Amino acid sequence: MFIASGDVVPSFKGFTLIMPAVSVGNVGQLAVDLLISTLNMARVGHFHTDCLIPMAGNNPYATCAEEAGQLSTSAEVYCHSDSKLAVLQIRTPIIQTKVRSFRKLMVSWIKSSGFLRSVLLSSSQAYHRDDQQLHGTPLRYLLTPSLQKEEAPRVEELGWREMERISAFPGVSDSEQRLYIPGGGVTKALYTDCCTEGISMAVVLIFCSEGDNIPDAFALVNHLNDWLHLLEKPVRVRKCGESES
Amino acid sequence: MATFFGEVVSVYSRAVEEDEYDDMTNENEEDEQIRREIEEKRAVDVHWLSQTDGGSVPCSDLIIAVGLNATGFVSAYALSSGGWTAVAWISLWNERSPGSGRANTAPGPGEPSCVLYQQKHSPSVLICQCSCYVAEDQLFQWTEKVLSCVQTRGLTVTVLSDCSVAEYKTSDYLSESSVPFLRSLRTSAHTGPVASPALEQPNISTGLAAAVLSHCQVQRIPAVLYQCYSDVLQPDSLSMQTYRAAVSAVLKLDPSPSADVLQKITRGGELQSNLYT
Repeated sequence: MFIASGDVVPSFKGFTLIMPAVSVGNVGQLAVDLLISTLNMARVGHFHTDCLIPMAGNNPYATCAEEAGQLSTSAEVYCHSDSKLAVLQIRTPIIQTKVRSFRKLMVSWIKSSGFLRSVLLSSSQAYHRDDQQLHGTPLRYLLTPSLQKEEAPRVEELGWREMERISAFPGVSDSEQRLYIPGGGVTKALYTDCCTEGISMAVVLIFCSEGDNIPDAFALVNHLNDWLHLLEKPVRVRKCGESES
Repeated sequence: MATFFGEVVSVYSRAVEEDEYDDMTNENEEDEQIRREIEEKRAVDVHWLSQTDGGSVPCSDLIIAVGLNATGFVSAYALSSGGWTAVAWISLWNERSPGSGRANTAPGPGEPSCVLYQQKHSPSVLICQCSCYVAEDQLFQWTEKVLSCVQTRGLTVTVLSDCSVAEYKTSDYLSESSVPFLRSLRTSAHTGPVASPALEQPNISTGLAAAVLSHCQVQRIPAVLYQCYSDVLQPDSLSMQTYRAAVSAVLKLDPSPSADVLQKITRGGELQSNLYT
């Protein structure tokens, strides 16, 4: 459950929530790190739950010595009030026997906080792509029915590709089409839960493999930025020796 | 997989394959019951040895020792002096800690255990010595149950935890003479002095120590974790000694524990049998 860091409990009513799925290459989590550090977001609370493996470490976004000693835990919430943006960072895997509880927890927190919309950043195994998916962009999206009406025209305008459904029995014609997100962790299940619960959620994911996933994180954030306009200009990997422009 | 700071780490993907989730949604009543029974079996319980009311004890300092060097340190430098009484023990079952098999009986000496000791002449100081393995899914419950044994008003928690230096990430070369060493992590509520440098990014703490620290952070309890990085697999007296700086302000330590006591603790890790002898 959400526990505020300060004495005042922040209100998230009308905010956009961005959260990662623990997925292949940890791309969602890297993308969230990128957002938090680029937008210099302040931590407003912890997500304290028995569903995640515990972890503690010092502030990963510290830019000076004073900030370095701030303790970070396995799940924390950051906020950028000006943009009405809240970001949940999840740093550890979900305990296997607690996946269902975790999904319930997320759905109930999203509902009770009054988020206008939620965005789940995720990834899927690149090697599982079929012939169609091998062509073109590796980025995909999904919208829950509640968000379809509002955002479908916009994502179409942006030329985004919806995550394809695949045959339940490949090779058999007329077989049921279903959603398949290998390596996506809890993505499919959480998306399905949000569809059922009438929550406005968008899934933005990228096909990738394990390795150096920093470029994938940048690609995902820039893609998201085309839609949400969180940053003025695209983020890019700085080469050695380059100074900040 | 890449960490935030760009190093490439070859690890398997931590994302669980989605097929597993499909199985769980097709659970029937029997599966539910099995799941409930497993949950009950894996429950963590506190057993009070002396207190009749079972409430929480007033506490100013709680020291939690996890790992062979940490538990060995508290045994040799504090508990062996005789000024401590065992007031409670924590029972749990998992595949690596099947327990003694004797339900509701306190663990015997030498058995992996989780015991809470109270200092006789200063009853607000408690030590929790945890030498049994606490599984991932039990960490949260363990922390809540143990910390509810003590009153949190005016409480400071100190966690002593072992770690292998092989897991310590640093851009500088670590000379042989610097190992073993301590690094600390503390909650926002902890403002007092710490006895060692802070744990540098990207190093982290996991397991029981992290669970306790996370709990204290959200409950705003001043807490500090001292992680001892050692390059020896078995408990050794040098690593144990490293913890002295961490608790000397809180505990009166035995300046030089007897060689017998130290030997018993450090020999515990020796192989019991060897094919070639």
